[in-house]
Amino acid sequence: MDIQELATDIPVEGEHSIEGIDFITSGEQYLTFMLAQEQYAVDILCVEEIRSWEVPTKIPNAPTYIKGVINMRGIIVPIVDLRLKFNVGQASYHDTTVVIVLTYHDEDSSKTIGFVVDAVSDVLNVEEHDIQSSPAFGGCIQPQYIEGLINVGKNVVTLLNVEHLQKVEKHASQH
Amino acid sequence: MSVDLSQFIPSFLEESFEGLELMETSLLNLEAGDNETIHSIFRAAHSIKGGAGTFGFDAVTDFTHLVETLLDEMRDGRREVDPKDIEILLTSVDCMRLLIEAARDDEEYDEEKIKQTTKQLSQTLANTSTTNDVNAEPSTIENEHAVNDEASDEQSIYQIHFVPEHNLAKTGNDPLFLFNALADLGDLTTVANTSELPALTDIDPQELYLSWDLTLKTEASQEDILEVFEWVEDDCLLEITKAENKNDAEPEPEENSIAQQPEKAVQIEQANTTEENTDVAVQSEQTTQNTSATVVDEASTSKPKAKAKVEVSSIRVGVDKVDNLINLVGELVITQSMLSELGSDFQMDKIERLNSGLEQLLQNTKELQESVMRIRMLPISFAFNRFPRLVHDLANKTGKEMELVIKGEQTELDKTVMEQIGDPLVHLVRNAVDHGIETADVRLANGKPEKGTISLDAYHQGGNIVIEINDDGGGINRQKVFAKAVEKGIVEPNATLTDSQVFDLLFEPGFSTADQVTDISGRGVGMDVVKRNIQSLGGRIQVDSTMGKGSCFKVNLPLTLAILDGQLVKVGTETYIIPLISIVESLQVDRELINQVSGDMTLYRLRDENVPILPVYQLFGLTTDFTNIENALLVVVEADGQKVGLMVDHLLAQQQVVIKSLKDNYQQVIGISGATILGDGSVAMILDIPGMIQMALSYAQNKHQKNSTSNQSAIGEHC
Repeated sequence: MDIQELATDIPVEGEHSIEGIDFITSGEQYLTFMLAQEQYAVDILCVEEIRSWEVPTKIPNAPTYIKGVINMRGIIVPIVDLRLKFNVGQASYHDTTVVIVLTYHDEDSSKTIGFVVDAVSDVLNVEEHDIQSSPAFGGCIQPQYIEGLINVGKNVVTLLNVEHLQKVEKHASQH
Repeated sequence: MSVDLSQFIPSFLEESFEGLELMETSLLNLEAGDNETIHSIFRAAHSIKGGAGTFGFDAVTDFTHLVETLLDEMRDGRREVDPKDIEILLTSVDCMRLLIEAARDDEEYDEEKIKQTTKQLSQTLANTSTTNDVNAEPSTIENEHAVNDEASDEQSIYQIHFVPEHNLAKTGNDPLFLFNALADLGDLTTVANTSELPALTDIDPQELYLSWDLTLKTEASQEDILEVFEWVEDDCLLEITKAENKNDAEPEPEENSIAQQPEKAVQIEQANTTEENTDVAVQSEQTTQNTSATVVDEASTSKPKAKAKVEVSSIRVGVDKVDNLINLVGELVITQSMLSELGSDFQMDKIERLNSGLEQLLQNTKELQESVMRIRMLPISFAFNRFPRLVHDLANKTGKEMELVIKGEQTELDKTVMEQIGDPLVHLVRNAVDHGIETADVRLANGKPEKGTISLDAYHQGGNIVIEINDDGGGINRQKVFAKAVEKGIVEPNATLTDSQVFDLLFEPGFSTADQVTDISGRGVGMDVVKRNIQSLGGRIQVDSTMGKGSCFKVNLPLTLAILDGQLVKVGTETYIIPLISIVESLQVDRELINQVSGDMTLYRLRDENVPILPVYQLFGLTTDFTNIENALLVVVEADGQKVGLMVDHLLAQQQVVIKSLKDNYQQVIGISGATILGDGSVAMILDIPGMIQMALSYAQNKHQKNSTSNQSAIGEHC
């Protein structure tokens, strides 16, 4: 969407203009990807890069969904297989298997972790009010990882919470 | 208009600690009549006071003022420099440090100590020696100070005419602060003069057009008033007249006295960080006449203290090192452009040029790596400079006479290593003073000089740095140590131990041979901590001692924590790195020497020692083709005196590796101290030997527990 186009839509006065400006600055875009047959999305601003799958160096005694670490331009990046972590689909490695490297900035630090997914599909533009909260029925993904659901055409995309995805890794293998 | 001063507080703190350290060193070297040293101590104190005043650390300001007064008297020759005063000043330096630290952390401080020292200082000041010439011409601040000090008891009225320059506010000064400070001194009436105020349209809101006539009724001296204006006196016209006073109506726009100069320099440094950056290169020890250079000097010779609470620590780097780095980067860029030009139109006949280009690239990167490493290197004097004071204090406390000799203080060491080696060294020096050096009469009786000597020496040896702590005291009593060890049940009474084995017993937890526990040392806590700290830095400690001649503690440390010499080994598909320093030997297993003992424990007979075998694949849960212990390769490593044999598939090359933390993006992994990137771009894990031994132990314990529970229930089978 073009900035110029948006500018004409902004009401000049009152609270509407504040909303309008807010809309431009927050400009939420999401990267969607596939796990088995399901679609998932993450905030595109957290995406550091998308890499093709390579066999990582194993971390001794780590949980199975942590595949190991890779060297990303001198940074040691751990690789998590989301399919194993969420228990969705088969953990097999093909030509389209990719690693989405996400960086999440805390107040004082940042963490970079790579996530193995079946395929990357699209970039979505979503307004905040289009994000629905997820019902707490079933599903094998723990609710803290889910930020909400987005309707895209006939499909429903699960929006993931990057902060939690990164945080939980900290203690993952201690139990 | 006011400026947010809080942004300058970190630099103030840093400079203050530097100033304090300078004061301390100078005080220890101070001898009577050494005016230059007194001057530099005074300047340091004065800068701290000025800074503290600006940031509103009143406790610091008030206390430092007393110190400064005492120093002032010494500086003017009105007071003889005697050891007692130096002692008080040293305590005062401690108090100032305490106060500044309290101000930094916004915490309570030990008021009792401050009060006590304040009292001592005031008492000393009260006994002012009488070389003071009251009739001295009041042409310099110092003399006036003296005059006014005596006259300061009664209230007097001062008329202050204060005309600031228009740009005063832009320099970060606010007249309101000044007036508030004046109001603290006494009754203040202010009359603003608005005559210079331009028309509203011409007003520059950042300029200051007002001037003031102030009347102050106070007990304070003229110098106290001048001090309020100290920071602005160059930017204003200031007249202070004392009503009903003999020497009234004397205009006071002061000449720059030496005392005020440093503050301006500090102010400039704070305001202008680029200037500070260029200044830091000045490493000279000399105290020059040029006062602003001296301030820089103070800054560069002192230690960047990194207390746990200060999150961001800084490092001062000589400009030559940075220049060198820039040159290298320049060369790298040239090499890069040469290579990319070559690559854009490559034919096989250019292969020679390509090779030479790559060679050059290799050279460049190596040099770059070295010089980046050098940036983190600091001379070890940063760690050594606390010892003169320590030894001085300890000598006073124990009543022993000794001197400290420091050698090799220019030897460079990685900053991180330096920060962590400080405490162990303090411990070793304390021990040397307390246990090593004998009292003067014992020394004389043994035909030694009355004064004991402790020497600290640092030098490079191979890729390591060696720090030696020598004393010429009584040495370690071998029998006593041995007897104590037997008593504690650490060794068998009939064991035969070499000297070095006996001395190593000193590092056992809870071991002390001191007959008397003093408040300096002897509680037996510590030496084990010293050893552990040194080991955690990848170093080791050796003891050598001759009865009656003295002892030598030798600390061996790696130059840096960022690079490690490693042995690459292969287990299954994975490559691991074993730190070379922990490897004892590597060998091929001889099946004759394998013993299965006490159930399921595999031991290897290495000469006359039994070394447990740890198969790495088992510990790390890997699959490998080499699971048969016979004919396997064994890397014998040692940690905490425990030898184990790591069973690996292949031995690969030895190489230097750059240590990368796993914690940055992941977490600490048991048995792994970090990771590194190999030549082919893949990641390899660096083994943490003590961690692996720990791992194997808990593995074994789990097994025991399983066994015992299955025995109890009597149904479980062995798994």
